[in-house]
Amino acid sequence: MSNQAIAMPRKTRGPWAVAFAKLATDRAAVASLAVFLLIVLACLSAPLYAKWAGTDPFASTLDAVIQIDGVDVPVMEQSTEGLGLGYTPIGPTWRLGNYFLGADSQGRDVMARMLYGGLSSLLISGAATIFTLIIGTLAGLIAGYFGGITDTVLSRFLDVLWAFPIYLLAISLSIVTIAQGISIGPIEIESGSLWLPVIIIGIVYVPYVARPIRGQVLSLRHSEFVFAAINLGVPGWRILWRDILPNITTTLIVFVPLMMALNMLTESALSFLSIGVQPPAASWGTIIQDGQALLYTRPLVALVPGLAIAVSVMVLNVFGDGLRDALDPRSKVRLGRD
Amino acid sequence: MIYAILRRFGQMLFVMFGISVIVFLIFFATPGADPAARIAGRNASPEVLEAVRHSFGFDQPLYVQYVKMMEKIFVTGDLTSFVNRGWRVVPAVMDSIPVTLSLVFGAAILWVVVSIIIGIVAAATRGSWLDKLLMALGLLGISMPVYWLGEVMNLITQSRYHDNWAFSWVPPLGYKNFSDDPKGWFLTLVIPWITLAILYIGIYGRVLRAAIIESMQEDYIRTARAKGLSETRILLRHALRTSLIAFVTLFGLDFGALVGGSALLTEVVFGLHGIGKLTYDALQNLDLPMIMATVMYASMFVVIANAVVDFVYILLDPRLRTS
Amino acid sequence: MILSVRDLRVSFRTNDGLVRAIDGVSFDLEESEILGVVGESGSGKTVSLLAVMGLITDPNAIIEGSIRYKGRELVGLPARELRRLRGNEIAMIFQDPMTALTPVYTIGWQIAEQIRAHQNISKSKAMARVEELLAEVNFPNPHEAMSRYPHQLSGGMRQRAVIAMALSCNPALLVADEPTTALDVTVQAGILDLVRKLRATHKSAVVFITHDMGVVSELADRVMVMYAGRVVERGSRMELFSDPRHPYTRALLGSIPPLTGEKPRRLPAIPGSPPSLLRLPQGCAFGPRCPVQYEPCVSGKPDLGASTHAAACFRVAQA
Repeated sequence: MSNQAIAMPRKTRGPWAVAFAKLATDRAAVASLAVFLLIVLACLSAPLYAKWAGTDPFASTLDAVIQIDGVDVPVMEQSTEGLGLGYTPIGPTWRLGNYFLGADSQGRDVMARMLYGGLSSLLISGAATIFTLIIGTLAGLIAGYFGGITDTVLSRFLDVLWAFPIYLLAISLSIVTIAQGISIGPIEIESGSLWLPVIIIGIVYVPYVARPIRGQVLSLRHSEFVFAAINLGVPGWRILWRDILPNITTTLIVFVPLMMALNMLTESALSFLSIGVQPPAASWGTIIQDGQALLYTRPLVALVPGLAIAVSVMVLNVFGDGLRDALDPRSKVRLGRD
Repeated sequence: MIYAILRRFGQMLFVMFGISVIVFLIFFATPGADPAARIAGRNASPEVLEAVRHSFGFDQPLYVQYVKMMEKIFVTGDLTSFVNRGWRVVPAVMDSIPVTLSLVFGAAILWVVVSIIIGIVAAATRGSWLDKLLMALGLLGISMPVYWLGEVMNLITQSRYHDNWAFSWVPPLGYKNFSDDPKGWFLTLVIPWITLAILYIGIYGRVLRAAIIESMQEDYIRTARAKGLSETRILLRHALRTSLIAFVTLFGLDFGALVGGSALLTEVVFGLHGIGKLTYDALQNLDLPMIMATVMYASMFVVIANAVVDFVYILLDPRLRTS
Repeated sequence: MILSVRDLRVSFRTNDGLVRAIDGVSFDLEESEILGVVGESGSGKTVSLLAVMGLITDPNAIIEGSIRYKGRELVGLPARELRRLRGNEIAMIFQDPMTALTPVYTIGWQIAEQIRAHQNISKSKAMARVEELLAEVNFPNPHEAMSRYPHQLSGGMRQRAVIAMALSCNPALLVADEPTTALDVTVQAGILDLVRKLRATHKSAVVFITHDMGVVSELADRVMVMYAGRVVERGSRMELFSDPRHPYTRALLGSIPPLTGEKPRRLPAIPGSPPSLLRLPQGCAFGPRCPVQYEPCVSGKPDLGASTHAAACFRVAQA
């Protein structure tokens, strides 16, 4: 049914067109997608914003002085808390391009860092999602299709990997790679690289994708049309490519927004723990971490990135639900936590 | 039924072994740096490095190293931290476990009770504004990063509204031992419990609602109606009871993971010195021996918790007992 | 008279329009009588009995007409009153025994639940009654069977348990919706025997829905044939099988392989398929497939008439 619509052009509406039409009528899903794209666009404009604002969001700028309504205001002002010792970064100026959300404890423009941070978070989550989907699908395909020993070994391994609590696994992997990076043969990744969180988060969620895919492939493997193909002498890899893979694409597509949402939460948690994105680079998680010390005096620094994460995750979820309802309403794929 | 439980138990042991091997491989066999240097920390003198090498058996084959590691973590418990010189890691981990358990069990009870209520109400009022509101709140709950929510709670209860009648009872951040000060123990945990629970109430309410609604379409519900039972009884005794199975399965998956994830973050934010906070501090200092121990113990707890939940599942669903 | 249905009409509002599932069904049922209701899928046989039970929960359903149980009007009766009757005086069993029972409770518990929902007796008394009921439906070891879960029983046993449950409060009316369709033939014979025996001992009237003419010929006292939401023929078993009047009934009977006489090369099938309930023909619904359709059939719908052996067919009315 569905794979025929992909392989041969049809005059009647194929399942993709039907699904698209259904999705288009789901107002919540469409609105969520719009919000998400807005967020992405805003973050992509981070370098432009920083340039326009004239700030460097990565350098410590404790002596900076900015102009508000013509008056010179130092970015770090005399603290009025407690004994009046030390400095407090200024609060929000509510002027775009001019420390809109105020400064953090290093004197950096929080708004600019937010945009750059969003970019990091989105990039890492997206890349990790792709990584997980590729590796997870491969594992699921191989285990489900070839069965036997291959399946047993792979499944046991996936079971153990999955039983390992996600954050603990991520912590373990991070701690041995963060300090020195990875060098396996020709692959060299430095310690500050954003690839490290991508790979770590990617690996950690592989069983999340591999196991349902394996289940689907297994039942497809025993379906009549595959049985017919095998009897006709079609080689294994061709069956995988032409018969099995197209039938799992809807599951994979539904996974994308849901996994991105999960990954954003995981990445921000790891960054908050200082084992994700490393300074001076920013991600929403690191900004919350920065904001911890300033929580009672300049709460916006910690509040805004969290809000941003919450909104992003929410809209990704709503869109993912809508996508699933349009493509595959009987699917059991749902957002879980950790 | 005994057979099913025994089989699950065997699986649990296998998984524990598997995890210990993975932990071992990650810490001892990741290419890139000398494992001794990692364990001994930065600025370790050559003698210390040599001592570490010997004690962990880096000059010997991998399986010997594995055995030595397991020995140190579980049997002799004389794994020592090099960052805080000589601090014996395993007892520290053991001391922190009650704190984590207090947090996790209290939050779990709160989240299970509230989410069951929400799930039932949402399913019973399906389609109404109440249902939609509950589901939207649930969605919000699972979208917020837990540590951020904790910070927000702190901001409200410790700072902005602390003098308000609503929150003046909230004690400063930290943990009080149950044996020393039960009331204090309870008060310090209330806000963390609520924080953790909010996250899960969201998903669980949604899951239960979906499971109940699905159950209500089943044939046996039609039979129950034909019997002349009231809708309430049908909902609670037939649909809910069968839906609880899905609920428990999910609970099992999440409760264990809670320890390694959200609980860890919650402890950090609220200053509770459980196994999570211990891990966090060790992370800041790159104290590998401590992290190895916390990761191992926490993972083992998770695996055991998952197995226990499966045992409960076998007890709940009669169809599993005889298979 | 136990049941008296007059001009029952059930429609459903759907996205594609109004679906007339039942379009004017009338029939009577006497005490201890077995009425066989025959028809294809979509003929409305199940929906009409669901309406009698008050089990149509679809908010888009419109139910009109009259259903009188022991003289009492059921259409429009408040839910609470209907609940008192359901399971107590009017019981229903369904087609698929495999999914009819709640998987997490023992069959003893489930049967006792029905008893205690309608009668104020203690748990132990209820359980004793359960054991009696299970013995009545030929469970070999009723006491042991009581603590079994549904998944531990075969399909036939589950259906017996369902029957025991339905009879637990001694209903005056039992509705059985294709109870043997999902079972194999040998088990089916046992269930039919059971229904006959129970009619004798419990004196319940039975409405037996099926698409199997063989079952009808064995079990029913009177027969009602339905097509596209209407009754097309009604009569006693003898009348229907010896003198089928409606072309549809004749076609149904004609498609059964004969036991004696010449073996047909092909079993005659009814050409075409039942009409969509969204777009029923203006005239007789069976018309397009009927071998003897003529002009009146296209423009008007034939009436069933009031006689005991009646057929809704213009050809018959004119004879």
